[in-house]
Amino acid sequence: MTDLLAARAQMALSLGFHILFAVVGIGMPLLMVIAERRWLSTQDPIDLELAKRWCKGTAILFAVGAVSGTVLSFELGLLWPGFMEVAGPIIGMPFSLEGFAFFTEAIFLGIYLYGWDRISPRAHLWAGILVAVSGAISGVFVVIANAWMNTPAGFDLVDGLPANIDPVRAIFNPAALQQTLHMTLAAYAATGFAVAGIHALLLLRDPLNAFHRRALIIGVLVGAPAALLQPLSGDLSARNVAEYQPAKLAAMEALFTTQTGAPLVIGGLPDMETGTVRFGLEIPYGLSLLAHHDPRATVQGLDSIPRADWPHVPTVHLAFQIMVGVGTLLALVALWSLAVLLRGQELAARPLLLKAIAGCAPLGFLAIEAGWTVTEVGRQPWIIHGVLRTSQAVTPMPGLVFTLLGFTLLYLFLGCVVAWLLYAQILRSPRHQEWQRVSSPRRA
Amino acid sequence: MSITNPALLLAGAVVVALNAYVVLAGADFGGGVWDLFATGPRRDRQRDLIAHAIGPVWEANHVWLILVVVLLFTCFPPVFIRIAIALHIPIALVLLGIVLRGSAFTFRSYGGDDAPTQRRWGRVFAIASLVTPLLLGVAVGTIAAGRVRLPVGTGFIEDFVAPWLSLFSASVGVLTLALFAFLAAVYLTLEAGDPSLQEDFRRRALGAGVAVFVAAMVTLGLAWREAPLVWHGLVTAPRAVPVHLLTGASATLALWALWTRKYRLARSAAVAQITLILWGWALAQFPWLIPPSLGIAEAAAPAVTLKLTLGALAVGAAVLFPSLYYLFKVFKSPPR
Repeated sequence: MTDLLAARAQMALSLGFHILFAVVGIGMPLLMVIAERRWLSTQDPIDLELAKRWCKGTAILFAVGAVSGTVLSFELGLLWPGFMEVAGPIIGMPFSLEGFAFFTEAIFLGIYLYGWDRISPRAHLWAGILVAVSGAISGVFVVIANAWMNTPAGFDLVDGLPANIDPVRAIFNPAALQQTLHMTLAAYAATGFAVAGIHALLLLRDPLNAFHRRALIIGVLVGAPAALLQPLSGDLSARNVAEYQPAKLAAMEALFTTQTGAPLVIGGLPDMETGTVRFGLEIPYGLSLLAHHDPRATVQGLDSIPRADWPHVPTVHLAFQIMVGVGTLLALVALWSLAVLLRGQELAARPLLLKAIAGCAPLGFLAIEAGWTVTEVGRQPWIIHGVLRTSQAVTPMPGLVFTLLGFTLLYLFLGCVVAWLLYAQILRSPRHQEWQRVSSPRRA
Repeated sequence: MSITNPALLLAGAVVVALNAYVVLAGADFGGGVWDLFATGPRRDRQRDLIAHAIGPVWEANHVWLILVVVLLFTCFPPVFIRIAIALHIPIALVLLGIVLRGSAFTFRSYGGDDAPTQRRWGRVFAIASLVTPLLLGVAVGTIAAGRVRLPVGTGFIEDFVAPWLSLFSASVGVLTLALFAFLAAVYLTLEAGDPSLQEDFRRRALGAGVAVFVAAMVTLGLAWREAPLVWHGLVTAPRAVPVHLLTGASATLALWALWTRKYRLARSAAVAQITLILWGWALAQFPWLIPPSLGIAEAAAPAVTLKLTLGALAVGAAVLFPSLYYLFKVFKSPPR
């Protein structure tokens, strides 16, 4: 394995691992706050119990998210010093702001987790609201930095070096709005459906359990609207990619030749040697319609891009198919669930819907991983699109395969432990002692 | 360089953030060290006290390090890059330590009640808390000694191992560890509710205070031989003398206050001591960020970036400090 490939694999691993926890850190506080807000007005112990149990899960996931995020911030330099040299002064601003948002999140999460019996219920709820808001904001800042890598702005290139830097224009880069919207919705959809799905599964075994019913409804209320809006946000993103990153769009859609009235290819295996797609389903004019909202529009194919600047088409195409397929499925289940709720009916009384929601539990996360694969692999061979190649940015340090191995083992281990802890926590029926340990951290 | 120069202010902000990290998160690491060395009849109660003290604040305290990293790569990118290249190996190990420390602590707090599992996570947490400050100190020692340089291509060992593999770097690592352990023990005397537990940590604080003194002397001695830049900055430069006198005074005061059981005074003096040591180092290598080749002015990002970052710091501080005040007021005010 070359050092470049090892560095890319380590970055992919670190990001792919961290994003799961980051997403939960954005979504879970909203669920906790909804439950706690309900408890304040209803005094229903189920709501308090939900808030406390979710709080415990969030504590575990947030800690792993915080430390794995630290790894990423260092890896920007450890693996990609050439990138940071160019990007630091231009796009460091959102990272600084993210630092403060993360500070706020960590401070109020500490207060939320350990402050149940130290501050007033109202103050406690506000701490939770601040966690939810600052978590979402810190996600937005990080995604802005990523959007800048895709659609760099706010500088001029003079002799290959950035000059006339304008960090504010860099923040408001052309993909910033589309990407942050898409990712924020994804976080709520994935977390909401994960929680709803788990409790739907438990309801299939224990249909009358009021605790799981309440959890299911709150999960659906957070996940379903986001999942329903996500295809619209995806449309905004796709048109933005078509305009600013033609190579990525062509790879996503496996479009090898520039065409007017381009068809949409669903599924299939793109072959980069022959420039063809085997076994794909073609919908005439579909791509022109989606990318430009005009069936006769011309869509740039990979033939308009130098061969050396192509991303790995099969990976990007497959990942895109997964993301869109899963997103569509989630939107349909969201529509179904909301239709049931709006008619004032019980979600839990419909076994088929429960099964569908339970099946959706891991899907939001799958879509997120697939989406990040699209945006990152789809930008290759560039680390800053059109400006700096990934191969020019990598560290001169040799033997990166060993650090890759180390972090792979570490993350596998942590992933297993977290999965086991959550499994144990979710499947154990609620016990009173547990809430007390959350509320008073001094261990008995 | 004028005092209102944005680059100078931001270099100062880096040291302030590092200072906060050392004073706050340093004690969290030190707490882990005392978890590892918990002994005697009150062993379990010592560990509970440590967990109780760290629990609500360690994640917030940890963010200071992120702020240091972000400020460096935004405002002084060449500094961040050179450190990341030359110190790749110790930093990767620091990250391993940070990940294991934080996750193991959380797994222990929330991972169920059975004793063997708790002990295992406790052990991982404690060992990671011991190793991470050592390696952080090694990184700092290497920078201070002027051994961080761009790879010259003579080989893996010369470029990526030799810079940080020195007795001086190791002694700064030990000094860092001793300081963190000292700070934690001093803080814990105030967190402990009952006198016997307080005595446990008083003794530990006194022992660690002596260890700090020994480590500091060894580091200074090694600096004379191995790190002439540090030696000059710390000993022969005229601006060094007052800082030294103050550091010595606060160290003595901290030990005296511990001896006479004036724990609040001891805490203030210990914080002053570690703060003065950090600023002493910063002043000793001023105006270099990476001595002897990269100064504040050369390493600084374009002025517009610096000004905007200063603005972001101002806005951020307006949010941060009231929040931090509230956090510590809720969890660190005297027991009611």
